[in-house]
Amino acid sequence: MSVFIIRRLMQSVLVIAIMGALVFFAVNVVGDPVDMLVNPEADQAEVERVLHALGLDRPLHEQFWFFVKNALRGDMGDSFIFGEPALKLIVQRIPATFELAVAALIMAVVVGIPCGVYAGLKPEARTSKAIMAGSILGFSLPTFWVGLMMIMVFAVMLGWLPSTGRGDTVQVMGIEVSFLTLDGLSHLVMPALNLALFKMSLVVRLARAGTREIVHQDYIKFARAKGVSEGRIILVHLMKNILIPVVTVLGLEFGNLIAFSVVTETVFAWPGMGKLIIDAINNLDRPIVVAYLMITVILFVTINLVVDIIYSLLDPRVRLGDLKR
Amino acid sequence: MTAAGAAAPPTLAVEGLSTHFFTKAGVVRAVEDVSFTVDKGEVLGLVGESGSGKTVTGFSVLGLVDHPGRTVAGRILFRGEDLLAKSAAQWQQIRGSRIAMIFQDPMMTLNPVLRIDTQMIEAVQAHEKVSREEARQRARDALAQVGIPAAEERLKAYPHQFSGGMRQRVAIAIALINKPDLIIADEPTTALDVTIQAQILFEVQELCRKTGTALIWITHDLTVVAGLADKICVMYAGKIVEAGPIDGVLDHPAHPYSLGLIGSVPSRNKRGVPLAQIPGTTPSLLNLPPGCAFRDRCASAGEACGQEPDITLPLPDRPVRCHYPHAGTAP
Repeated sequence: MSVFIIRRLMQSVLVIAIMGALVFFAVNVVGDPVDMLVNPEADQAEVERVLHALGLDRPLHEQFWFFVKNALRGDMGDSFIFGEPALKLIVQRIPATFELAVAALIMAVVVGIPCGVYAGLKPEARTSKAIMAGSILGFSLPTFWVGLMMIMVFAVMLGWLPSTGRGDTVQVMGIEVSFLTLDGLSHLVMPALNLALFKMSLVVRLARAGTREIVHQDYIKFARAKGVSEGRIILVHLMKNILIPVVTVLGLEFGNLIAFSVVTETVFAWPGMGKLIIDAINNLDRPIVVAYLMITVILFVTINLVVDIIYSLLDPRVRLGDLKR
Repeated sequence: MTAAGAAAPPTLAVEGLSTHFFTKAGVVRAVEDVSFTVDKGEVLGLVGESGSGKTVTGFSVLGLVDHPGRTVAGRILFRGEDLLAKSAAQWQQIRGSRIAMIFQDPMMTLNPVLRIDTQMIEAVQAHEKVSREEARQRARDALAQVGIPAAEERLKAYPHQFSGGMRQRVAIAIALINKPDLIIADEPTTALDVTIQAQILFEVQELCRKTGTALIWITHDLTVVAGLADKICVMYAGKIVEAGPIDGVLDHPAHPYSLGLIGSVPSRNKRGVPLAQIPGTTPSLLNLPPGCAFRDRCASAGEACGQEPDITLPLPDRPVRCHYPHAGTAP
């Protein structure tokens, strides 16, 4: 197990290094930030001054070494717009996005797995067909439209839920969270549901497909032949098997939830990372874009590592395959 | 159950059992009017080709026929009580404790993500309120009983860490763990190599003799039942075409199909002579035409075979479903 983790960690470092180079050079190809920062009527001397101040007059490879040296010390540069460290700006926004993503993931699992298993066990039932039809809607309706409709119905017409912002927050270990106050919770429900809808549909489909396959396996019938109760067969024999694909996919999707909750955050004015990155891209604020992409890369690498570890806990065959090597 | 030993009902008496599958293409009569009895300590061989309804018969006795299948007629008397009249919960209590089953493919019968001890302990705890430790002790004993060394360590292993033969032993241990009155073994040695097959046959036979457990051994392999069974039922297209004591049927088969089966055992052929076989293939059980299902493949078929033959008793103890039963000499 530890050999496995060490090897995976080394792979992870390599991936992060390669991504760092790619991101840095790619961002430098796009647009000229000076155009955005300097008054269009400024003279050449003013442009030169800004270029020099930002270090953009140096050759690209020097800029890169400067970036790498600082990045290793945890400094991703200052935002061109805000003049503050890019990393700090992003980290400030992480808890909001993270909270939203976790809430969405929990919703997706808690609703998706039981619905999917039910639809898999009773594929002919009317309820199952309704669940599957619902999951197609969840897949195909665009997130922004569903978000707007939710605001229309629950905030404007019914007036049950607030439409924007995080509401009251509480500090837990120095981090602002919404879900511990009633007001915060009411702010969280709609955006989380909006973000969860797609994942929920995905989980329903995965759980249903898994159930349909597993339920016809001999070992399920053998468990019945042992006289094991139906409840235990579903909760232990079936569930542990269908969790393998669900965990794999959800791990990857969790990264997506965090990194690309841009649409939902924009619709519900949720003060997370998504909003920040959209503004940064519009303003060609390179340090923020680079820092954001690096965080995303590290996030995905970490999640993949965690998924592999959970996976090996769920499926003993993965564990043995590794020990043999 | 009666108190007097002489009048005790057989362990299992199946009477007129019919299990049909209601598919979109039509009704598949997988098991039709099947009757047999198994007494305490007796071994019944249920023989037939693939698709003859042997396995479905076994599953019907356990009430484990999958949708869209249903047992539509007959009685399954287990120690005199009709299982078909029992509730789902009562039947579940009998499954695994009084009647156990061993499946064909040992690679598929154990859940790959659960440890052996989990899978054995739950079999005990499903039927008896015993502590985990007590159940574990029984699991250990059962593994030792089927000849698995280092039972304590093996309990902590996962199925993929066992070979096919070992897995089948674990499955047999699970079947034995609650000391059932009847074990239904569905071709348990088919997926194993010949030496393992012989060991397992020997061990199962020993165990049944010692404990008085009745055994239904489902197989397509006549050589396996020849050395194991007391009685034999030959199935064809969902029906029992011939039944009787093992020696009687093997030495003097009356039904042309039994005759053909015995004739196709390879060891009976002379070297260089093509292997004997029954011409044709088993008919589709979907919308079976009226009359004897074997008539298209049968050398002795005649006029009367357009009509479904009834069970006759050309010899006592030897029910046969044929219009032209064989005179009764060795083939």
